[in-house]
Amino acid sequence: MTALSRAAQVLALPVLLVLAWWFATANSTSFYWPPLSEILGSVHGTWFEGRLTTDVLPSLGRLLAGYAVAVVLGVGLGVLAGSSRTFRAIAEPPLEFLRAIPPPVLVPILILLAGVGDQMKILVIATGCLWPILLNTIEGVRAVDPVLRDAAAAYRLSLPTRVRTVILRGASPQIAAGCRQALSIGLILMVISEMFAATNGLGFTTIQFQRSFAIPEMWSGIILLGVIGVLLALVFRLVEGWLLGWYHALRAAERKG
Amino acid sequence: MGGSPAVLGGLGVLGFLAILEVVPRIGLVDARFFPPFSEMAVALGEQLGTAGFWTDLLATLRGWFLGLAIAAGAAVLIGIAIGSSTLLRTYTASTIEFLRPIPSVALIPLAVLLYGTGMEATLLLVVYASFWQMLVQVLYGAQDVDPVTRDTARSFRFSTWRRIRSVLWPTALPYVITGFRLAASVALVLEVSGELIIGSPGIGNRLAAAQTAGAVDTLYALVIVTGVLGVLVNLLARFTERRVLRWHPSQRQEATS
Repeated sequence: MTALSRAAQVLALPVLLVLAWWFATANSTSFYWPPLSEILGSVHGTWFEGRLTTDVLPSLGRLLAGYAVAVVLGVGLGVLAGSSRTFRAIAEPPLEFLRAIPPPVLVPILILLAGVGDQMKILVIATGCLWPILLNTIEGVRAVDPVLRDAAAAYRLSLPTRVRTVILRGASPQIAAGCRQALSIGLILMVISEMFAATNGLGFTTIQFQRSFAIPEMWSGIILLGVIGVLLALVFRLVEGWLLGWYHALRAAERKG
Repeated sequence: MGGSPAVLGGLGVLGFLAILEVVPRIGLVDARFFPPFSEMAVALGEQLGTAGFWTDLLATLRGWFLGLAIAAGAAVLIGIAIGSSTLLRTYTASTIEFLRPIPSVALIPLAVLLYGTGMEATLLLVVYASFWQMLVQVLYGAQDVDPVTRDTARSFRFSTWRRIRSVLWPTALPYVITGFRLAASVALVLEVSGELIIGSPGIGNRLAAAQTAGAVDTLYALVIVTGVLGVLVNLLARFTERRVLRWHPSQRQEATS
């Protein structure tokens, strides 16, 4: 396939859709659907003259902090829980229940416990992201080949080595699946926690625009949130491809053979 | 080692409840913000006795079901249309990958502008979020069709309709059901968050009211309700999976082992 036809495949529909949006709203006098040109025109003035450092970066910082806490806790607890059958049987019903609580309803409770500052938002993001990572890690650790486990034990590999090379590596595809799920949950919770109680942040600012009927600015906030979602997914895929390259190659070879 | 899973699970639940009861009583956390479990249970009992609670619960379930049904119907139709044509698939891939990670809560300001605080505003979020979950699964499923089967159907000159019904659909069904299971819980999360933030009628709205009123034990009681709802949704989705896929090897194996 030539590069040109590949580019056409990737770009044709998006370009068509943007053009359709552009022309459909070009002479729009509707208050809620301003012309796309006006929305795009407001992007620079809205976000790149100060708000990038006062709103966007703090939002992303909270997201990363919460996510990192969830990954460390989720993988750590998951390895512990996945290795003990008894612990799993005891902990499963409460864990299933906690996971089933829609994370946003914890926002009011965490406001009670941690106030309305950054701490609360990081906590909200961490508690929401924890479950998919924790449960996927448990499943992944449980599914590690027992022969491999026994072999590692028979060779008297030290515990840290065993955890790192046998358990974590064996469970890593599952762990990655959990982390991917957690990423989109984290983004949602970042926005929700800011819509609730905040003085800055992307979610807060976008809601402010809506309340003050600054419609093109509100649209630009929505678009920016979308772009951030897409970029995060892209970065995740790159990191995953780098960390799990061996696994995907293995699967591809198995499928062929 | 250990007892039967059911006994251990029961122990886990009792232990969990005991922790919830004891931790505030001995002052590890402030009982004003984290009341003992017995007080949450009393508040839950009070809620169950009011007519408003049941009206709100019904509103939440209705929104969840309606959103999920719309998203599932649209995702299956569109997914099969795209999935059965290589051309459509290559040209839509980038757009789908782009639209999917956009966090649905980013649409909250728009939904509020368009529909105020009515149930349509929340419905928009629910449909958007669960649609992508399902569409991606349907597409994976449509891609998984065994090439030999596809070529056989073609050389027998099956009509398009017949090919979709007897080749594509049975292959895609397990994926569709997985998508449905994921979408069912995502839809619940978005339904409750929509009610919580936008204020459309339902359990989430009731929760927001409890927060504003400072009724902490009611707040916890309602969080428990949402958790139970989540567990029930998971159970229901799993049950549907087993019923619909009775014929599928993955389920048959499980039944015999």
